[in-house]
Amino acid sequence: MPYVSNEEAKAAVQDRSGHQVAPGRLSKVFDSDMFHSFLRSKVTVVAAIGTFILFMLAFLAPWVAPHNPFDLASISILDARVPPVWMEYADPRFLLGTDDQGRDLLSGIFYGMRISLIVGFCSVVAAAVIGITLGLVAGYMGGRVDTVIMRIADVQLTFPAILIALLIDGIAAGIFGGVDREIFAFYILIVSLALSFWVQYARTVRGSTMVEKNKEYVQAARVIGIPSVIIMARHILPNVMGPVMVIATINLALAIVTEATLSFLGVGMPPTQPSLGTLIAVGNDFLYSGEWWIAIFPGLALALLVLNVNLLGDWLRDALNPKLR
Amino acid sequence: MNVLDIKDLTVEFPSRKSVFVAVDDVDMSVEAGKVLGVVGESGAGKSTVGNAVIGLLQEPGHIAGGEIFLHGKRIDNLSYKEKRLLRGRKIGMIFQDPLTSLDPLQTVESQLVETIRTHLPLSAKDAQKRAVELIDSVGIPDPEERIKQYPHQFSGGMRQRVVIALALCAEPELVIADEPTTALDVSIQAQILELMKKLCEERNVAMLVITHDMGVIADITDHVAVMYHGDLVEYGETTQVLGAPKHPYTQSLISAVPRPDVKVDRFPVVNYIEKAGTPQKHIDISTHWLGKSRDYEQVAGPLVQIRDLDMRFEVRGSIFPSQRKYFQAVKKVSFDIEQGETFGVVGESGSGKSTIARLITGLYHPTGGSILFGKTELTSLTNRKDVLAMRRQMQMIFQDPFSSLNARMRVRDIIAEPIKFHKLASSNAEVRQIVDDLLDHVGLGAQAGQKFPHEFSGGQRQRISIARALATRPRFLICDEPTSALDVSIQAQILNLLKDLQQELGLTMLFISHDLAVIRQMCNRIGVMRNGELCEVSDCDELFEHPKHPYTRELLDLMPSLELLSRANLETV
Amino acid sequence: MIGFATRRLIQAMIVMLVVALLAFTMFRFVGDPINQMVGIETSIEEREALRERLGLNDPIPVQFLRFVTNAAQFDFGTSYQFRQPVSELFAKRIPATLELSFTSALFALVVGIPMGIYAGLNRESPVSKFFLSVSLIGISLPTFFIGILLIFLFSVTLQWLPSFGRGDTVQIGSWWTTGFLTISGLKALILPSITLGLYQMTLIMRLIRAEMLEVIRTDYIKFARARGLPDRLVNFRHALKNTLVPVITITGLQLGAIIAFATITETVFNWPGMGLMFLQAVQNVDIPIMSAYLLLTAFLFVAINFIVDILYFYIDPRLRVGRP
Repeated sequence: MPYVSNEEAKAAVQDRSGHQVAPGRLSKVFDSDMFHSFLRSKVTVVAAIGTFILFMLAFLAPWVAPHNPFDLASISILDARVPPVWMEYADPRFLLGTDDQGRDLLSGIFYGMRISLIVGFCSVVAAAVIGITLGLVAGYMGGRVDTVIMRIADVQLTFPAILIALLIDGIAAGIFGGVDREIFAFYILIVSLALSFWVQYARTVRGSTMVEKNKEYVQAARVIGIPSVIIMARHILPNVMGPVMVIATINLALAIVTEATLSFLGVGMPPTQPSLGTLIAVGNDFLYSGEWWIAIFPGLALALLVLNVNLLGDWLRDALNPKLR
Repeated sequence: MNVLDIKDLTVEFPSRKSVFVAVDDVDMSVEAGKVLGVVGESGAGKSTVGNAVIGLLQEPGHIAGGEIFLHGKRIDNLSYKEKRLLRGRKIGMIFQDPLTSLDPLQTVESQLVETIRTHLPLSAKDAQKRAVELIDSVGIPDPEERIKQYPHQFSGGMRQRVVIALALCAEPELVIADEPTTALDVSIQAQILELMKKLCEERNVAMLVITHDMGVIADITDHVAVMYHGDLVEYGETTQVLGAPKHPYTQSLISAVPRPDVKVDRFPVVNYIEKAGTPQKHIDISTHWLGKSRDYEQVAGPLVQIRDLDMRFEVRGSIFPSQRKYFQAVKKVSFDIEQGETFGVVGESGSGKSTIARLITGLYHPTGGSILFGKTELTSLTNRKDVLAMRRQMQMIFQDPFSSLNARMRVRDIIAEPIKFHKLASSNAEVRQIVDDLLDHVGLGAQAGQKFPHEFSGGQRQRISIARALATRPRFLICDEPTSALDVSIQAQILNLLKDLQQELGLTMLFISHDLAVIRQMCNRIGVMRNGELCEVSDCDELFEHPKHPYTRELLDLMPSLELLSRANLETV
Repeated sequence: MIGFATRRLIQAMIVMLVVALLAFTMFRFVGDPINQMVGIETSIEEREALRERLGLNDPIPVQFLRFVTNAAQFDFGTSYQFRQPVSELFAKRIPATLELSFTSALFALVVGIPMGIYAGLNRESPVSKFFLSVSLIGISLPTFFIGILLIFLFSVTLQWLPSFGRGDTVQIGSWWTTGFLTISGLKALILPSITLGLYQMTLIMRLIRAEMLEVIRTDYIKFARARGLPDRLVNFRHALKNTLVPVITITGLQLGAIIAFATITETVFNWPGMGLMFLQAVQNVDIPIMSAYLLLTAFLFVAINFIVDILYFYIDPRLRVGRP
C-alpha cells in the first residue's frame, strides 16, 4: 500500500544522522551502535574476554599445558588419582590433580577442550554450508523444490539433534563394522552433528530468503536479467547472513554440548583422543569412590566454555534484532 | 472553551550522541466539535505531539518542557495511573493501520465491552447493548451479527470503523487520529473522513488529526498547524493557511502538492528541506554513452502492444485441479503505448496495475495474451540471449526506496552491475566513468558512489534507483508508484527529474500510480484499472474533464478537493 | 474442523511412512541381518535357508510392506543382543521412560511458564535478569553434567536421594509398572526428573519471555493501552493469549524432545527405561532395537504435534472462522 509508514519515517531520520555501520571501516565500527551496545553490556565484555582466553588455552594447548597427557613416557600410573593441590595427599606438580592413569587433569582439560572446539567448529561450518545452500535454494525457487527440502527438514526437526547423531553413529558403526572405530570417530562425529543441525540454518535462511526475494532490489536485479544463481549468491546471501551468524554462535555452544554428550555416552571421541565429554565419562566411574575431581573439573571447564559462547550468542541476537532496540 | 491546550510543548529523545528535539516549543489548541489538523512531512514531529498528549511517548522520549491542558486541567504531569484513566475515557485514539490495531484473537464485541466497562459503570448486558449501538453508529451494517465476529472477518475500511468505535466508546472529549486514512484506498478514505467529521460534530468531540496529506487537511479540518522538523511554522484557520500561506515552508509545501485541477509543466522546486539535486556537471547527451539509447531501431506504430493480457495466481494449491483456487489479477487487458509518450495506469490497491508492470518486465509469466515490444513477442521468448536483449531495453523503477537497493552493496557497484552484466562498456575505467556521470546526472554527484544506500534519504535513494535503471540504456522505463513512499516536496523533485530524463533520452514510459493528481501531471494518456480490468483509456485532459466510465467518475469525485490551496508559484501549461 | 484434522492426520501419516522407510532401510541394509542373527559356525546353506524363511530374498517393496504391517502390529523382530522379541523388551521399559518424561515435563511447564511470563512483562526488573542468568546457565550446562552434579551433591555427599534405578515399583495391569506409588519410587524420581526437565524449563521460559516482548510491541497492544485498559487486562487477556500460539508449538516439540533426551538421563541414573536400552543397542549395533526405537519416538512426536495442531485450532479464530 502506498503510504509513508512511521517506521520508514523513523528510518529516514535515523539514516540522515548516519547511525549505522559501514562495513570495512574500522573507525565507523568502533563508533557504531553495535559496538557501543557491546561495551555497555559488561557481561558480554567479560564473556568475550573469557571466550578468547579459553580458545587460546585450547588451541595453544601443546605450548601452555604444563604436561603432555599423550606422552606415555612422562606418565606414571603411580601418579594416578592424585587430588587437587589444596587437598590432602596432593602433588604440587598437578594443580587440579590427575586422572585414573596418572595424567595431569589441567593439561588433559586443555587438550580435551581443543578437541571439543575443533569438532564444534568443523560441524558448525559443515552444518551451515549444507543449511544455507538448501535454505537459499528452497526459499528462492519455491514450489516443489521447496516442498521437498522443507518436508525433509520437518521430519528431521521432530527428532532432537542428539537422537539423530546417535542414530547416525549407530548406523556408521554398523557399516564400518569390523574396522577400528577410533580412526573414524572424529569424522563420524562431525557428519552426525552437521546432519543434525543443518535444519535450523535451512529454515532460517529460507524464511529470510523468502522475505528478501520479494524485496524490490531482487526484482530490480531480475529485471536487469541477472541469473538466479548470481542473485542468490551476490544479492540475497549477504542480506541473510545476520541471523545465520546468531545461529552459528548458539550452535557452536550446542555442538560442543552435543559432542560432549555423545562422548559421555560412549559413542563420540574415544579415550585415546579424549574430548571434554570423554574425560567426564571416565571420571564418572570414580565419582562414588570420592575422586570427584576427575569428572567435575572437566565438567566445569565445559560449562564455562559453553556459557561464554552462549552469552556472546545471546548478545549478538539482541544486537542484531532491530525489533528489540 | 478549548478542549485541548498545548503550551510551549517540547519533547526530547536523548540518544547516545545527542538529544534529538522532536517537538520544539509548540502551541496549539482545539475547540469542542472542531477538527485541528497537524500536517508535516516525515520527521516533522507531528505524531510525537499526539503521543505526548495521550501520554504514550516511546522510551526514551519525554516531555522536556511546556504544559498540556484538557479542559483547563493540566494533564502532562499526572501519574501513570491517572493518565491511564484519562486514556479512552477523556481522550480516544485512532491508529494508522486498521489491520494491526485490533487483537486478532478477541471478538469485536469483547474488545468493545472490556473498554466500555473499564471506563463506565455499566453491567455486562448494558455494555453489550452500547457496543451494538456504537457499531451501528460507525456505519457497519448488521451490527448485532457482525459484533460477534473476529477482526480478520472485516475488510480494512470496516476495521477502521471498529477502531473508531473503540476510540469513541467511553464518550471521550478529545479524539486523536494519527494518519487515520493513510493505509486505506481513496474510496474508503473519503468515507472514513466523512464519518469522522460527522461523529465529531454530532458528539461535540474535539479532534486532532495528524497527517502528511494536504487533501485530508483540506477536507475535514477547521484549523491547521504546519510542522517542520519539530517547529510549528504556521498555525491558523485552514482556509487561511492553505489559501494564503505566509511562511515560506508552507508556501513551497503547498505548491509541491500535485493537483488534479491544474496541469503544470514542472513542479516548483522546494529548496526548503533537501537540496534539490541539479546536475553538477553538464553532460551533452547527444555525444555521451547515455545518448546511445536513441540508437535503437525505430519501430513504426506503438512501441508496446498489449493484447488480452491475463494473469491469475494460485491462491490455494492442491493436487486436485478442481480444489485449486485462483485469483485473477489481470483480466483481458489490451492497450498500446506509443513511442516517446508516458502512459499512465491508475487504480486502487489490488486493481492489478503493478501486476501489469511485472508481466511486461518478465518478473511474472502471463497465463494468457500477448505483449508485443517493437517487433518482438515477449511471451514466447525462450532463447536466453533474446531475453537478455529485451531486458536491456526496458527497466523499472520501484516504489519502496528502502528496499529497492541492496543494502550490502556500494552505490557504485549497484549502478555498475547492469553495465558490467550486459557488457555495455569495454573497460572498468569506462564503467567507472559512466557510473560517475550517471550519478552526476541524477543530481547526486559522483562522490555518492562510494557510500552505502543507508547513508541516503528516501528521495536520494530513488535517484540511485533511477540511475541504475538508466544504466542499461533502456528505451522503455516502467515507473511503479515511484514517489508514493516519498514526502510531497521530494516527490516534486523526483517527478521533475523523470520528466527531464524522458525529454533528454527520448524515453517511453509506463507510469503506475494510485494518485490521480500525480498521474495527471506526468502522463499523456491514461488507463483506469479496477479489479484486474481496464475500464477506460483516454487522453489525459479528456479523462479529467470528460470521464466516460462510471468508475472513473467515482474516483474523480472521491478525490479530496484541493481548491482551497493557493495557486501561487504554479506555472500552468 | 473435520477437514483440518483430516489434513493434519494425512500429513502425520506421511511423516510416519517416511520414518518407517528410514527404519526399514536401516534394518535391511546396515550390515547383513543374517550375520547378526547366527553364529560363525552356521553353514552357508543354513544361512540361505534362514534368508529365504525371513523373506529377505523378496522384492524390496514387498519387504517394506511386510515391515510396515508388522510394525503396525508392534512386531519389530528379534533383538540381536538379547535374542528376544523387541516388542517384549520395550513393553518392560516403556513405563519407566514415560513416567520419567511426564514428571519432567510437568516440572518444566509448571516452573517455566510463570517465570517466562514474569520476565516478559518486567523486562528490566532484577528478578527477571536473575531468571535470565539462571536460564543461561541451565542452557549451558549439559544435561549429563547436571545429573552428575546432582548425584555428587545429593547422593554421594549428602546421601539424601538414590543415584540410580527406579526404587520399588508396583505392578498395574499386565505390564505397566509404576514408581509413583512407593516412597522409594518417588524419591528415585526426583533427581532424574529435575535433570531431564531443567533444560526444557529454561527453554520454555526464554521462549515465553521472547514472545511476550514481541507481542507487547504490536499495534493492538499499543491500541489497548491507548484505550486506557488496565495493565492486567492488556497483559493477560491480550498479550499472553497472543503469545500462546507460537509457544504451544515449540512447547509441543520440546515435550517430544524430553522423551529423546531421556536417553542421557537414563544413562546417568541407570534408569531402566527404553532410552538406556536404545543406547546399549547403538553401542552393540542392535539394529532391530534401534529401528523400533526410531519408530516409537517418531510416533510419540507425531501424536504430540497432532494434538498441538488441534489446540491451535481452538485458540486461533483465524484458523477456525473463514473470511466473509
